[in-house]
Amino acid sequence: MIDRRKLLLGGAALALSGCKVLDDAAGDSALHKLFASAENLTMASQRLLSPNALAPTFEPSDIRQGQRPNGSVNADSPEYLSMAAAGFEPYQLRITGLVERPQSISYGALRNMPQQSQITRHDCVEGWSCIAKWTGTPLSAVLNEAKPKLTARYAVFHCFDAIERGLSGEVFYYESIDLIDAYHPQTILAYGLNDAALPIAHGAPIRLRVERQLGYKQTKFIHTIELTDSLLPYGAGKGSYWADRGYEWYAGI
Amino acid sequence: MLIYRQKLITRITHWIWAICLFFLMLTGLQIFNAHPTLYIGQESGFEYDNAVLAIGAREGADGLQGVVQVFGQTFDTTGVLGVSDGEVRAFPAALTIPSYTSLATGRTIHFFFAWLLVGTLTVWVIASILNGHVRQLIPNLADLRGLPRDIADHARLRFHHTASYNVLQKLAYGSVLFVALPLMIATGLTMSPSFNATAPWLLDVFQGRQTARTIHFITMIALIGFFGVHMLMILAAGPLNELRSIITGWYRTDDAQTDPKDARHD
Repeated sequence: MIDRRKLLLGGAALALSGCKVLDDAAGDSALHKLFASAENLTMASQRLLSPNALAPTFEPSDIRQGQRPNGSVNADSPEYLSMAAAGFEPYQLRITGLVERPQSISYGALRNMPQQSQITRHDCVEGWSCIAKWTGTPLSAVLNEAKPKLTARYAVFHCFDAIERGLSGEVFYYESIDLIDAYHPQTILAYGLNDAALPIAHGAPIRLRVERQLGYKQTKFIHTIELTDSLLPYGAGKGSYWADRGYEWYAGI
Repeated sequence: MLIYRQKLITRITHWIWAICLFFLMLTGLQIFNAHPTLYIGQESGFEYDNAVLAIGAREGADGLQGVVQVFGQTFDTTGVLGVSDGEVRAFPAALTIPSYTSLATGRTIHFFFAWLLVGTLTVWVIASILNGHVRQLIPNLADLRGLPRDIADHARLRFHHTASYNVLQKLAYGSVLFVALPLMIATGLTMSPSFNATAPWLLDVFQGRQTARTIHFITMIALIGFFGVHMLMILAAGPLNELRSIITGWYRTDDAQTDPKDARHD
């Protein structure tokens, strides 16, 4: 007869080892590909359910604290530091790639373009949220100046901040959205936060706000926006620093 | 008398849910570990306090100390919560998938099983409306009148094996299928910034994204509670008979108590 205690211990051991079974479900394993296939379903559903829907906005009284800085909180290339010292007046935003008219827009010119403010909730992939007021230029207005070519599908953001420093050199943050999100009415290049100039900790002089996605898509320290028809040439092929490290490219949940 | 109690679709969906909930819970704890604090409201208070539960670590007299704070009360949980195996992590490695810290992998697996759960629930709801199983789960007036007696019987571990579920079973299974699982799905969707644009009213229903996250967590605890009671009842009511009915469908009833109209051989 099987000793009940042994049976229970055996069951507990099985349950514990069960937790380690999926330890291999990362990276390029077939199991990971199976699990990750659900991400396509998630993105397709999100697009189907809210192609143009607006993210919820909040009241000024809902801003009860400063925006919490996260990710890179500074950039330290000599070029960036000298710009920061000059109040970002020498800053030029470049629009390149699949556009009819490549642009170089100064910080001053950007602030003279159509302006928009929105009080929205920033959701970190870790689980926390923070409400703040963001002010900037609609990305659509900037892209219209550059006239994207018909073949353009994505906007890739190149940044000043080195998110990783290793023996092989620095990895500068990069992120991308498709043109559906790029032309969404709440997608702005923010230069203001809570009625002040965007602080360095939040990606000065400009950061992206793409309101229906998680925090890591809200790209900071942007210097160049490149339009492209494929994300394969960027980073490890997903066109996003965190997507290349296992997170969803479409961060809607 | 041996009767065919559980239809094939009921048995298949039952086991898929069991697998889904196992992985959803353990990947959910992995995700929770990335920010092990729960709040009430739209946002997380960093400059003010709207936290209701926080699992953390602090430097104690004997090194790292795991602490849990619930509604302002602090508990030392070193070894299990906050600090385990000398490492700072809210839930220990044995309770997360993967066992090591990987928010990305945890999320990928969580959403895969979330889809599987939603898909299985949808199939089950349609099939169970068509085959009458839903009706078997909703207590009728006679059931409710018999509730005190059924509670007394359960308390004395006196079980009646009949073709139909007893009222406590109906209430337990019904609240998992019609309350807890829909609540898990709804609060899960309320945490999605994309779905907030689709259905902003969910934020009003749950009073904010962070409250939804807290309800998601509490409902998970409730589901674990259900699982515990479910296992105890199976052990107490005769594990072989109970297991046979959820695997093969066949269930032995107490002959005397079987109402002939319940003994369907379908």
